[in-house]
This record gives sequence, structure tokens and C-alpha cells, in this order.
Amino acid sequence: MLGVLRRKVACKANGVSALGQGIRVVASRAFSSSGKEMTVREALNSALDEEMSADPKVFIMGEEVGEYQGAYKISKGLLEKYGPERVLDTPITEAGFAGIGVGAAYYGLRPVIEFMTFNFSMQAIDHIINSAAKSNYMSAGQISVPIVFRGPNGAAAGVGAQHSQCYAAWYGSCPGLKVLAPYSSEDARGLLKAAIRDPDPVVFLENELLYGESFPVSAEALDSSFCLPIGKAKIEREGKDVTITAFSKMVGYALQAAEILAKDGISAEVINLRSIRPLDRSTINASVRKTNRLVTVEEGFPQHGVGAEICASVLEDSFEYLDAAVERIAGADVPMPYAANLERMAVPQVEDIVRAAKRACYRSTPLAATA
Amino acid sequence: MAQLTQRAATFQRTLSAAVSSTRCLSTASTSPISVETSLPFTGHKIDPPSRSVETTPQELLSFFRDMALMRRMEIAADSLYKAKLIRGFCHLYDGQEAVAVGMEAAITKKDCIITAYRDHCIFLGRGGTLLESFAELMGRKDGCSKGKGGSMHFYKKEGGFYGGHGIVGAQVPLGCGLAFAQKYSKDENVTFAMYGDGAANQGQLFEALNMAALWDLPAILICENNHYGMGTAEWRAAKSPAYYKRGDYVPGLKVDGMDALAVKQACKFAKEHALKNGPIILEMDTYRYHGHSMSDPGSTYRTRDEISGVRQERDPIERIRKLILSHDLATEKELKDTEKEVRKEVDEAIAQAKESPLPDPSELFTNVYVKGLGVEAFGADRKELRAVLP
Repeated sequence: MLGVLRRKVACKANGVSALGQGIRVVASRAFSSSGKEMTVREALNSALDEEMSADPKVFIMGEEVGEYQGAYKISKGLLEKYGPERVLDTPITEAGFAGIGVGAAYYGLRPVIEFMTFNFSMQAIDHIINSAAKSNYMSAGQISVPIVFRGPNGAAAGVGAQHSQCYAAWYGSCPGLKVLAPYSSEDARGLLKAAIRDPDPVVFLENELLYGESFPVSAEALDSSFCLPIGKAKIEREGKDVTITAFSKMVGYALQAAEILAKDGISAEVINLRSIRPLDRSTINASVRKTNRLVTVEEGFPQHGVGAEICASVLEDSFEYLDAAVERIAGADVPMPYAANLERMAVPQVEDIVRAAKRACYRSTPLAATA
Repeated sequence: MAQLTQRAATFQRTLSAAVSSTRCLSTASTSPISVETSLPFTGHKIDPPSRSVETTPQELLSFFRDMALMRRMEIAADSLYKAKLIRGFCHLYDGQEAVAVGMEAAITKKDCIITAYRDHCIFLGRGGTLLESFAELMGRKDGCSKGKGGSMHFYKKEGGFYGGHGIVGAQVPLGCGLAFAQKYSKDENVTFAMYGDGAANQGQLFEALNMAALWDLPAILICENNHYGMGTAEWRAAKSPAYYKRGDYVPGLKVDGMDALAVKQACKFAKEHALKNGPIILEMDTYRYHGHSMSDPGSTYRTRDEISGVRQERDPIERIRKLILSHDLATEKELKDTEKEVRKEVDEAIAQAKESPLPDPSELFTNVYVKGLGVEAFGADRKELRAVLP
């Protein structure tokens, strides 16, 4: 909430640089506040509802999406409204129903396939990659696949190793897929609507812990035609000393870290990636060229992660602009433990982001460990 | 001349015999003939259809021609592969032609077919051309997938053919998805999801079949049982190789897959069933003369006697030839002329395909997305090769 107010103030203060920022700043000014707040859950539900209403080809398939109202209540009320032909409860057979969804998309329908969590998507990953992502290419454009695979991704709380993995890097590496990761309710609405309307296969990575969080939504975002562009990151908070990239829940942590850093005189620019693939390299690089320092933040495993790709991209395109090595904050390189203290150590915390940003600014406390 | 005087009584047919066999086809009669299938059908939880199949001279002659064309195409592909004009994988269908041809005779292009990688002949049956086929096999731009798919990825969406899939078993849930979409759209058409005896043990098949049965989808699962999953005989892979029974609660039919008329009858029966009652399994007892692919001689796990035995006793083209001759629908010479024509067609298509160029380098980056959003994609050296996706 504070982050939003601060951003509005920052916009006015940065009037001079507005031209340099171009369309982005104008667009964020153009959204008038509706005074309304919406949880991410409500945002997703309303997006699904509106897209199903607008296009009879859109249908939802997954475990408990119908009569149970959705395992996380994202599809609440949709069975009553659209009937069992369009909201389908499936048996616990991910490979089967993901394949059925892709086949339906081949024929021209627009399926929204829910994985109860993306951990279970591994049972169906062959259909996501080989049947969906690659088909338009292999058929030279004959077979397009307008499907959305959505569900919670990454760590929840205390759910253990098999239920906590982040799949952004895995899906993000695959050509033919679009991979989105909303943070706020506006993100959730705009990106899900864009995903459903998109003619290509989209992997839509939600976050269970964000479902209940409330965010203000603009009047524009409440409109049923509201869509956010796929492949464009959002500058959540402008800054000039260090760039912090994040997606999903980590955006909130990065914004908190930026608050703390501000008290120490470090002005952090927080980029909400929104889109893992296509990755908005130009926004990231433009920011790094301004701040000269970069911290990447993600919940997933560090090796071959999203941060690794961002780091490589910045080295390739903006090497001369870097004043410090790129810092990566990621989940620990271990299967997620259950014990609360170990779990806390396995997932990035706000203080980790603050520490890394300070290191990037050569402002960290001296390495007393060497003494 | 002697031939003509002998046939004086059947003057109409004589006229057509004097010209090429293609004329013979179009002037061939559509008056019904009733033929018995080689074997009766065996049913699982269903009463099988009658052994008596309605056909016409025109249909039988077209069966002959179409199967001869498919056979010739596959044999020619064998040579092209050995000449290194076809690369990678090449899975040939010769021996199994009756399944492709019999199925087409029972259905329309609004019905959908999806199969695995042994797809060249199914593609032809769905309206694909020889040129599109050979050009694709050789990776040229006139191929059905513009050279970007290869042998395992032929498609013809407007003909209801959804590929062409390389992952064993994946095509079955996809096929059930097509059937789902047909039912959702209230199309009154069906989907034939084809798979082999090897794929029959895939878990995802049972997952999809369960949903197809739960939701009464118009899905027909065709198991092309050629008795070998690559080098593994069916009895070594399946505890129960009675694939038509493996649907358990889903009815099934065992069909002589070397008899095009039996295949036609079974598919017609299955389509009617699926539209009213949901999924059904058809097990086509068939055989491939080639090995699993061009890398497999096919004789390390089968005896040459077995292969030649099938060729002598059960070859699908020979069966139709005998039927045509015994019903006096054409002469031996006319049939041989048809085969010569077909061979010529294939040779011409290959020559044309060889003229077709490789795809333009810019095609490396096309069709990644339908809507590329102006995103950048990279080649091996991204400082050297990058493109904006359209």
C-alpha cells in the first residue's frame, strides 16, 4: 500500500525525467485510482468470469475446479454460472487432462487448465512442452495452441519439499511458451485476461500466499476489456542507485527492502518482471544503465534460474554500465525443509535482499568474518 | 484384340479397359457388392457388426489404387533414406495400408484423426499430396510443415489430420481432447486416436480413456497392433496383449487390419457407437514389413519366414487384387497398369520434391509463436544472429 503512495509521489517528483521514461510513466499516471481494493483471488476469479462470458470457447478444466469451487477458490461460482460443460472437474490424472486440454486447443477451443500446484504439472510436462509449446513450429503454423496452464507456483508455508518448487526457470527456458508471473491484483487480472486471449500456450504462475492479499485496483483495471501486455515488466518503484528485479511474491519483499534501503539513503528501483518469457530485457537493461547495479530476486533454485538469465542478459547488453557485480538472491540450493526455522532459511527474506543491495552499492558492513 | 473379342459381351467395360485405369476408376460402377470379411469380428462388451460388408466396384478399385500409392511412397522413402536425402527418423507403414484406407472409407474429413510417428500414409489418406510428403521428408520448403517438422510431424488441419506425434502415447489424450472439442462444439463428428501395441501400455492412455468414458466423448481408439513395439514383441511388453479388451469398461472390437473392408466396417460401426455411447477401442491386427524405423532391419526380433509369410498370406493389396479379379471388376493388366501409373506419380513427385529448395534461413525464427509480440529470439551466437519474432 505504502509502495503505491510513494510511487505516486515519486512520479510527480521525477517530472523532469518523465520524458526519458516515456510511455511507462504516462501510463501509470493515466490509471486513475478507483479507491477499490481487490484480493488476488478475486482478481483471478473475475478475470476468468469475464473471459468465459466474452468467449464461449473458453472453458476450465482441473481438479476440484467445479463443485469444490476450486482448491483455492479461484474458480468459485463459475460452475453455477457456466455449467458443467464449461467447468470440468477431472480425476487426479494430470497427464490425461493436460493432454485432453491441448487436444481441445488444437481443435480451436480455449482451455484454461488448472494444476492444483505446479508441482503436479511435472506429471503433464510432456504435454506442456512437446504437445503444446512446439506444435505451432513443427506444423509451420497449421496447429496453434491457445491454451492457458495456471495454478499456484513456488513455496507456500510448511508444505515440504514436493510441494514447494518454483517452475519459472524450467518453463521460461522453452521456446514456444509464454510464461507469466503476476504479483498484484491488477497484474492478476490483466495478465490472466491477456493469457486467455493469447493464441499461444501460456504458463501462468500464481502464488498461493498472494491469493488472499489485497491491492488497490484502478478503474481501468476493473473494466472487462482490461488487458496487460505480455512481455512487459513494470517499474513498481523508481530509484536511481540499484535495480532490484523480482516476480510474484518476491516483488512484495523487494518493495519492503526498498523501503528499508531508502532509510539508509539507497534509492532502489524495483522491477516487477510480470513476464518470465518473453523476458523484458529492454526494461531491465534500461534500468541497470541508469542505476549501474543489479540484484535479482527469485524464490526458485539458484542454478540455471531466472536471475542467472537476467545476469547474463545484463552482462551481454550493458556490461560497461555495471559498477558492481550482479547479486543474486534465490531460494536455497536444497529441497524445501519442513521445520519452520529451516524453511525460513530456504526462502529469500527481506533482509537478504537488503544485504545484497548494500553489497552492490559497496555499502555492506565490513566482512568481519575475516578478522 | 483377342481380349476385346472375348469381352464382347461386356461392351461397357471393354471401352473403359481400352483406356487408362484412371478412367476405369471413374467409370467404374457404384452398384453395391456384398463381401464377407476374412474373419469375423470379436467383441468385448459389445455385439460385433456383421461380417458382410457393402462395397462397390469403384470403392474396391480406389482401395487398390490408394494402397498401391501408399505402398509405393513408403518403398520410395526407403530408397531416399538410404540415399541420405531423408535424415533422422523415418518410420514406414508398408503392410498397414488397409487400416488407413479402410478408415477413410468409413468417415469424412470433418472427423479427426491423430496418430503417432508412422504417419505418412494417414496423411495421404487425409488429402495430403505426394509432393508435400516427399518434400517434408527431405526437409524442403514445399513440405506439409515447410520442412520444419520432418517425418514424424506431418499435419493437415483442413483435412482433419492433427499429426504426426513423436512421443509414444501422447497422441491418445490429445485425440480425446479433439473428441472433447467436437462434443463441446456439438459437431456430430468423431475422432480416431491411433496408437500401436507399444503405446497401448502407456498410463496416459488409460487416464484419457477414463475421462472419455466419464464424459461420453466421441473418441475411437485405434490400436494398430503390428505385434512389435520397436524390437519388443507384444507378449514381452503386455501381460494382456488383447488390446481390444484393455479398455475394461470401454467396449472393444478386434479387427483383421489387413482387410480394408473389415476396417471400413469396424470404423463405420465405431463412429455410430461413439456418437451415441462414447468411447470404443478397435484393435487392428496388422503388420509392418519394415523394421520399426529405417535404423532397424526388423529381422533381429522377427524371422524372415514370419515376414514373408504375412506378405504371402495376408498382404492387404493382394487381398483387394484377388477380390477385384474374382469379381471381374478389372483385368490383371489393368491393375498392373494402375501400379505402373502410381509408380510414375511417385517418381514425378520425388523429382519435384528434389527441386524444392531448403527453407529460407529466416524460417528458423518463424512460427515460434502465433503472436510474437516483437520479441527477440537468438541464434547460437546471439551477437551474430538474432531476430524479432513477428
